[in-house]
Amino acid sequence: MKLKALGCLMFLMPVGMASQGLDPAAILNPVPGSWPTYNGDYSGKRYSPLTQIQQGNVRDLRLAWLYHIDTGPSALPWGPQIKSTPLEVDGVLYFTIPDHAWAVDARTGREIWHYKWESKGGIHIGNRGVGIYREWLFFETPDNHLVSLDKNTGKFRWAVEIADLNLEYFSTPAPLVINNHILVGVGGDSLDVPGYLEARDPETGAVQWRFNTEPRPGEPGSETWPNAQAMEHGGGMTWLSGTYDPELNLLFWGTGNPNPVHAPQSRKGDNLYTCSIVALNPDNGKLVWYFQPSPHDTHDWDNVETPVIFDAEIDGKPRKLLAQAARNGYFFVLDRTNGKQLLTAPFEPDLNWSKGVNAIGQPIPDPAKEPKTDGALVNPASGGATNWPPPSFDPQTGLFYVSSAPSYSVYYLTDTSEHPEGYGGRDSPVWSQSALVALDVKTGKIRWRHVYPEESDSLAGVLTTAGKLLFTGDPSGNVIAFDPVNGKPLWHAGLTSSVTNGPMTYELDGRQYIVVGAGDTLYAFTVSPR
Amino acid sequence: MGLQAQRQNPSATDQPTKPPARQEDQPGARENGPPANQQPGAQNNQNNPEIPEAVREVIRTAMGLGAPPNPEAAARGQKTFVATCGFCHGTNATGGAQGPNLVRSTMVLHDQGTGKEIAAVIHNGRPDKGMPGFATLTEDQVHDIAQFLLQRTQAAANRMEYTIQNIVTGDPHAGEAYFHAHCAGCHSAAGDLAHIANKFDPVALEGRFLYPNFNPFGMGPPPDPRALKHVSVTLPSGVTYSGVLAHIDDFSVSLREDSGVYRSWVYDDVQGIRVEVHDPLEQHLKLLRQYSDADMHNILAYLETLK
Repeated sequence: MKLKALGCLMFLMPVGMASQGLDPAAILNPVPGSWPTYNGDYSGKRYSPLTQIQQGNVRDLRLAWLYHIDTGPSALPWGPQIKSTPLEVDGVLYFTIPDHAWAVDARTGREIWHYKWESKGGIHIGNRGVGIYREWLFFETPDNHLVSLDKNTGKFRWAVEIADLNLEYFSTPAPLVINNHILVGVGGDSLDVPGYLEARDPETGAVQWRFNTEPRPGEPGSETWPNAQAMEHGGGMTWLSGTYDPELNLLFWGTGNPNPVHAPQSRKGDNLYTCSIVALNPDNGKLVWYFQPSPHDTHDWDNVETPVIFDAEIDGKPRKLLAQAARNGYFFVLDRTNGKQLLTAPFEPDLNWSKGVNAIGQPIPDPAKEPKTDGALVNPASGGATNWPPPSFDPQTGLFYVSSAPSYSVYYLTDTSEHPEGYGGRDSPVWSQSALVALDVKTGKIRWRHVYPEESDSLAGVLTTAGKLLFTGDPSGNVIAFDPVNGKPLWHAGLTSSVTNGPMTYELDGRQYIVVGAGDTLYAFTVSPR
Repeated sequence: MGLQAQRQNPSATDQPTKPPARQEDQPGARENGPPANQQPGAQNNQNNPEIPEAVREVIRTAMGLGAPPNPEAAARGQKTFVATCGFCHGTNATGGAQGPNLVRSTMVLHDQGTGKEIAAVIHNGRPDKGMPGFATLTEDQVHDIAQFLLQRTQAAANRMEYTIQNIVTGDPHAGEAYFHAHCAGCHSAAGDLAHIANKFDPVALEGRFLYPNFNPFGMGPPPDPRALKHVSVTLPSGVTYSGVLAHIDDFSVSLREDSGVYRSWVYDDVQGIRVEVHDPLEQHLKLLRQYSDADMHNILAYLETLK
């Protein structure tokens, strides 16, 4: 009896102590079954070690709860979209849409609090979620504020401006917490403004360091621009959370397209560090290495897609790797200690914009496929062969999974002046489809590719688990569990919208949950533990 | 292999089935800016003067643009600007030999068309940079200039309103030859395509021949009924149902019969079901993967002769 009571007490203790906050050191080794960052951990693998839900019981997966967000009437003719991946910390899910943050009971889906930011404007296209540091929650807003709340109550702490709304910046990423740094990226390429990534102080919001995605005149990289004016207006936004290797103490971040977007005549050159993966020292923001998957981009192919880190044997030798399925349609594997390219391979079969791959592993853009006044027909469309929806690397299969959009656009150059502005062109989407692609990280070969029957460029994030399952969504409103080995669907459920975020998973009190966001609703699925 | 092998509907693999529903903002669209599939009229709004003001307003909101300038004030401001400022800053304010680009000037962008931020510079000049003052300009004139600059800024920032230039540059004879070799099996210049160039502007016509059924915003001309996919579903009993494909995914299929009756089947529950999709646009998709840009330009040039 006594022992049993003690057991109960011990069992209850972690619950009672749940409000100790999220120590940033704990993110290095997340509590098994928690999800304390946008990608679940620092690696970006989106692979969970949980096994309760597995191939043997996935057919019994059932709805545990759903949470429908209500934000009132919208100025736009479409409803809110949950694009954020919820964080799970101490039994609570935290997620966002533009201007809104919620805390929801991870066991029951009951709302704990809802916070609304009064916006001054900005493009409200999406918000990727929150970062948590001890008791404090952080998220970014379309009008470029970093907002900090008390994670337990949703009470406002402070907000600091991180970019200038009048210059058409807008902010969407989930802040990333590394030690005592809150990493905040920015977006916006309407008016030729420069990109940057900042570390902010978790207590005050003050800037700790700033990495500019364009060099200053005379600095390394400036030789890839014609002049200072082009660099000052060169774009290169930082609008998706990066990844972090604590052993190398390197932060990996993808950067967006150069500006003017489709009219490149005033920015001849490779345009570093736009459309690049940069490796930074997170203590000071200094550049350690870079690799540029899309030199001199003219198609709006932001290269912000998650740089996923993992270790694997290549040619019999253990390697520290970084892999990215880029918006331009190529899959890259790099040595993440130095940024050297190991592999470049297309993950879409009909790409037509490159003349091959150069000696250092970069696709060579074909000038004939740059936007033209009378149009250039290009695969992929400006939305890219993939986009921000998070991919996954499954160490059990050794495969990298990405949602892709086989697609064509006609790219028109509209501004032929010597000094074009903004986009300087338009693309006219012609056709698109959606697919789920499994790539062998050692060869870059497509192991399997599942094309969804319904025509749409709808893309969903991917989650893999040790239960030998892959979760994602199709363009027809289904959340699907696939066999990651061969792409066979094992389970699905029809939702009221297609999946709009990256699926995530956690375990509480011995029960595993799978959570997806689809439009304005979060859905949680479980099996019976016993 | 994977799904391809176990899919009951082989023809679904590579064929699109219907125009994408005008569904939620999906990420595939450009993320660093409003999604393409939410932009009504994205294909050709500038070339379609009939685009409703309400749609323009939705675009403006989605692009995060503030209130538009007063067009009359902006027109007055443009005259004053060209006469007074254009020599140094360029007549369209994008910079000249001596003055900087004002369209992306931080001060102008902060002014937001009010004139409050820029008034002091206009009146007093920037003597250190060689800019003279224009003390005689009235408050109203400064406001008008500010409205003109706001108009210029918003025009640069609103890519949905960019004007596509002349795209009819190809060789109509080469286009005609291509047409006869690849398209004449289904289409004819004297028949279904007669006067086609009078029905669509060139940008719309180009989108239309590249892939006729792509109408992602529901704003363009309605899809041609000839582009609808049909489907035949054969049950294990041997009974076959046919109709217009209503929906298809990896798990189910549905159709609407000519009579209007709607039917659906879940693959798991009808073992042995056979599903055959008939896609009239198969050839368009095949050609889409083959066109050179010259082919595209030539075909458009030829179709433009069909007035």
